[in-house]
Amino acid sequence: MSATGIGAPVRRKEDFRFITGKGQYTDDINRPGQTHAAFLRSPHAHATIKKLDISQAQQAEGVIAVLTGDDLAKDGIGGLICGWMIHSKDGSPMKAGSHPALAQGKVRYVGDHIAVVIAETLSQARDAVEKIHVDYELLKPVIDMAHATDSGSPVIHDVSPNNQVYDWHLGDKGATESAFAKAKHVTRLDIVNNRLIPNAMEPRAAIGDYDSGQDAFTLYTTSQNPHVARLVLSAFIGIAPEHKLRVIAPDVGGGFGSKIFIYAEETVCVWAAKKVGRPVKWTGDRTEAFLADAHGRDHITHAEMAMDDKGHILGLRVKTKANLGAYLSTFSSCVPTYLYAPLLSGQYNIPAIYVEVEGLYTNTAPVDAYRGAGRPEATFVIERMVEVAAREMGQDPAAFRRRNFIKSFPHQTPVIMAYDTGNYGASMDLALEMADYKNFGKRKRDSAKKGMLRGIGFSAYIEACGIAPSAAVGSLGAGVGLWESAEVRVNPVGTVEVLTGSHSHGQGHETTFAQLVSDRLGISIDQVAIVHGDTDKVQFGMGTYGSRSGAVGMSAISKALDKVVAKAKKVAAYALEASEGDIEFKDGRFSVAGTDRSLAFGEVALQAYIAHKFSGQELEPGLKEGAFYDPTNFTFPSGVHICELEIDPDTGVTRIDRWTAVDDFGNIINPMIVEGQVHGGIAQGVGQALLEGAHYDANGQLVTASYMDYCMPRADDLPSFDIGMTTTPCTTNPLGIKGCGEAGAIAAPPAVINAITDALGHEQIAMPASPQAVWRAAQKSLHKLAAE
Amino acid sequence: MISVSMTVNGKAVSAKIDPRTLLVQFLRENLLLTGTHVGCDTSQCGACVVHVDGKAIKSCTTLAATCDGASVVTIEGLAHDGALHPMQEAFRENHGLQCGFCTPGMIMSAIDIVNRKGHDLDEHTIREELEGNICRCTGYHNIVKSVAAGAHAMAPK
Amino acid sequence: MYAFAYQRPTTVRQVQSALGKHDDAKLLAGGQTLLPTMKQRLASPSAVIDLGHVAGLSAIEKKGRNIVIGAMVRHADVATSDLVREAIPALAALAGGIGDPAVRNRGTIGGSVANNDPSADYPAALLALGATIVTNKRKIAADDFFQGMFTTALDDGEIITKVSFPVPAKAAYVKFPNPASRYAMVGVFVSKKGSDVKVAVTGASNEGVFRAAGLEAALKAKFNAKAVEGVAVDGSNFISDIHGTADYRANLVNVMTKRAVTKALGK
Ligand SMILES: Cc1cc2nc3c(=O)[nH]c(=O)nc-3n(C[C@H](O)[C@H](O)[C@H](O)COP(=O)(O)OP(=O)(O)OC[C@H]3O[C@@H](n4cnc5c(N)ncnc54)[C@H](O)[C@@H]3O)c2cc1C
Ligand code: FES
Ligand code: FES
Repeated sequence: MSATGIGAPVRRKEDFRFITGKGQYTDDINRPGQTHAAFLRSPHAHATIKKLDISQAQQAEGVIAVLTGDDLAKDGIGGLICGWMIHSKDGSPMKAGSHPALAQGKVRYVGDHIAVVIAETLSQARDAVEKIHVDYELLKPVIDMAHATDSGSPVIHDVSPNNQVYDWHLGDKGATESAFAKAKHVTRLDIVNNRLIPNAMEPRAAIGDYDSGQDAFTLYTTSQNPHVARLVLSAFIGIAPEHKLRVIAPDVGGGFGSKIFIYAEETVCVWAAKKVGRPVKWTGDRTEAFLADAHGRDHITHAEMAMDDKGHILGLRVKTKANLGAYLSTFSSCVPTYLYAPLLSGQYNIPAIYVEVEGLYTNTAPVDAYRGAGRPEATFVIERMVEVAAREMGQDPAAFRRRNFIKSFPHQTPVIMAYDTGNYGASMDLALEMADYKNFGKRKRDSAKKGMLRGIGFSAYIEACGIAPSAAVGSLGAGVGLWESAEVRVNPVGTVEVLTGSHSHGQGHETTFAQLVSDRLGISIDQVAIVHGDTDKVQFGMGTYGSRSGAVGMSAISKALDKVVAKAKKVAAYALEASEGDIEFKDGRFSVAGTDRSLAFGEVALQAYIAHKFSGQELEPGLKEGAFYDPTNFTFPSGVHICELEIDPDTGVTRIDRWTAVDDFGNIINPMIVEGQVHGGIAQGVGQALLEGAHYDANGQLVTASYMDYCMPRADDLPSFDIGMTTTPCTTNPLGIKGCGEAGAIAAPPAVINAITDALGHEQIAMPASPQAVWRAAQKSLHKLAAE
Repeated sequence: MISVSMTVNGKAVSAKIDPRTLLVQFLRENLLLTGTHVGCDTSQCGACVVHVDGKAIKSCTTLAATCDGASVVTIEGLAHDGALHPMQEAFRENHGLQCGFCTPGMIMSAIDIVNRKGHDLDEHTIREELEGNICRCTGYHNIVKSVAAGAHAMAPK
Repeated sequence: MYAFAYQRPTTVRQVQSALGKHDDAKLLAGGQTLLPTMKQRLASPSAVIDLGHVAGLSAIEKKGRNIVIGAMVRHADVATSDLVREAIPALAALAGGIGDPAVRNRGTIGGSVANNDPSADYPAALLALGATIVTNKRKIAADDFFQGMFTTALDDGEIITKVSFPVPAKAAYVKFPNPASRYAMVGVFVSKKGSDVKVAVTGASNEGVFRAAGLEAALKAKFNAKAVEGVAVDGSNFISDIHGTADYRANLVNVMTKRAVTKALGK
């Protein structure tokens, strides 16, 4: 391993600009002549707009334009789209209601966009927003998804008279029924997966710019996938053809899914830039982020698991209602279906699984992918079920899991996925050892002496990453292919630029991708630049989400590097006057086998560009290669997390005492960065389990619309984490990488809740397990104990 | 409009501003010092922390007008002659940042913690003292390490 | 934020006359409550009168058997003041637990007391220590000063100049923070001086900070944690929100009181 190659904990190249305040986030960019946009948002969850009077706002100081849904319609600008078609059980397509960027006659959630004011200053724009007068006719809102389809419920979209988007299923119903018929024990559980608000620390922002000389648009935006944004804004929304629209996603301050989607605000800014003839800037404030960023999770589930008398799992039956909010956001439809149900087999050998999912409209913000997207929901179901089943059957939860682990690979689950490789027992062994499981009993007694309740909880998770084989997702309804592209440009002096369709918003691609190049070409990472986030520079790409940048994005780079090396060998053959077959490439030098004749990588690069040695030959000058990589399978990172915690029964305060995480991410490029991803994921998962939860009141007002009420994990809510690794390299991509970005967020919630229920003598508890909720459950549990 | 003068990162600046200008707006918009960020509107996230007369404050909750005559240091003012401040170095060395958005505020708060609590900081103290700084990326694990390491590195040799 | 005129007087008298000149003027102390409110356009004063340069509001002094703290003294300065730590350590600890370090570097005792947020910490200390609020016009006993959520005895244009705290024999404050905002969901300040015991509770009630008579009676009989056991806390007018229902808060009042007593006894 070289100092900067694969496997080295190289310090990040991008950090210098961030620690010196020189990062360039969207709001840090100012365009000459720029104007400022502020949106009028609906204060009501459900209403028709009887009258929209913008005349006073138009007259207000500094106002340049006030634009509404009518203006969008007049310009033929289409609505926002959902790019994944889901078909219901009966074969009918999902019911996608229209999603105008500015309301047309109706508003469907608090925060829905009605109009935009564009003014010289932000204060003026905000002042003028207050001068727009709207006559609303209030409609009853649908807030509780459990009752969304009740007869007599208000209708949110005419296309769906019962507020159902789809009624979908996966798996073999008959086989699952037979499994349950044979069962000796059945575990049943009602499970809620709480609604979360992503809260990347950088709020979304956009600057639209129009160059009338070129008749071309530029959009600076906080995006995880600028090319997908351009594709949607061009082909579906109709802003401009792709060659007339450049999308730049500069430094992005975290995404976690919420910046995948194409939103109303960026659409309006880029469109309005041409209308007002000046750049239009919008920077969301935190309140807007709470109201109008796509939220995550929000499932209610009933699950049943069948076991034989020894505790082997025979079958799993799951029925889930998924809240999709008021509109279908960009990828929302696939999250509770194809990103959820196929993961319900977990790490276990389950012969039969049947899953039904109902997608529902409610008068709440759209719900879409949030870190993990579907996979945390699946893991929560299976890991809670396994835990409860083990307890009910009087078995040790670790042993119960081990009994049911999949032990031979490849393994085909009954729900689409074919796991290529893994060693679940190895992760469990290491985790138990690191967590000092054998002395847990003593620690529990010590806690009890202080009046504290100690619990331990496991989570043996699996996720499907490396999203995704294009043919597979296409057959399941995706509107796009999920390959990745890369271009490697070698400059005449041997420095390298890598253009990638992946996008970094905290993941450290500028470092890890450079490490791959350094490793392959034998040059220092300082001689490598990673270029991303600009559709004018990078030809195409699908962006960063679903832990895909390593497994898919880097595989594309790896392919392009193979081509670069192949061509450079040809150049070296001419330069060294040897036959191509005799050229060897090692540690950055091309040499003629069995001789001392060699050239450094940089020298060969120069030869490629001066082309003196091979002009007139078939070989073309230059050294630049591109590649598209389309994975052949998902990757399957897995691991075991163990949470140990202590509860103060008098107050319900839960303190996590130890966290052990053992993950199998396949091969690792930079362990420092991988561990960082795990830390961040666990924090978000602990946040979901203990602290976070979006709460709408009965009228559809978001009660948790700021950090005063939405509980973000802070430093003193969390412990330090013990991280361990096991490795089974992925067999389906050239680098053996599985991906690590979402693991923590997927693994953590059931580990925490299983630990709490352990501490509370099996008393069930919903997320977030706030002090109040834990206190109540603790009281119940203590009463029960006293009664016994 | 009112006029304000202050020292920012060692340089004297003065300007005529609307009285409602927040210090963070003055820094970002008037002085183009965009390293100081805004992450919330309820004064809780700490992305905007700068030092005013040597003390950490939230520049989103301070009027520029009240800083008339004060000395302000932002993230851009920490490195001298190309040499990073030890706390900046510690964040890089310990992978204390991912997306970087919270980082300027974290570093400014971290230096303030050291100024108040000294160079030997235990994990518990660091975690408590970071109450006003929210990070969504790192899970704080490496931030805590960075602050401890930076605190040591700041000790006079 | 809406536009406003900005004034920077240097004496209390000037503050008074500036207040007289504007219809809807607001005093600006640390700004840690006022500015967030203005940013969210929930307040729109025509003028903001900055107390930051007013002379005589920033001292911490020992006067006889009292600690006297100027209205503009920042939370951080109370927390680290040797005088306060020596005489009323519970008060220094309380100040050191308000908000976060950056908030403590700006927020002031005068602003906190004038604001009387139902979840603020200082009001509990003032009530339980029997403090006196000194204004440009008069002296007001804490018991008369706090009159329900965000309501005080202050008249229009009245300026707090200092707060005077009698030194107790024993005192402690224990706060149960709201997990999201970190303001007090329940905070209990207990003090003992001679045979007198005061217990003030913040964060819990719809009527703001209050003295808990039942707990005081129990602790007057015997000043230890056991005495509190089983004393019913009437939660009928307590706050119920997503973070805690009234009965949960009532439980917390009891638990925090016990912990405060234990702490006051130095155990
Ligand atoms: C993130 C955050 C967390 C916080 N956490 C807590 C907490 O845990 N506990 C807690 O108690 N508080 C908390 N606070 C509030 C903080 O303590 C404030 O500083 C305090 O409530 C107000 O003090 P100020 O000096 O900032 O007043 P300002 O905001 O300047 O003023 C508040 C009000 O008081 C009036 N006023 C100010 N000074 C005077 C005076 N001398 N005479 C008459 N009227 C005056 C003002 O006109 C205004 O109406 C928090 C604040 C923030 C931003
Ligand atoms: S922006 Fe200042 S605290 Fe969030
Ligand atoms: S590094 Fe992204 S918010 Fe902290």
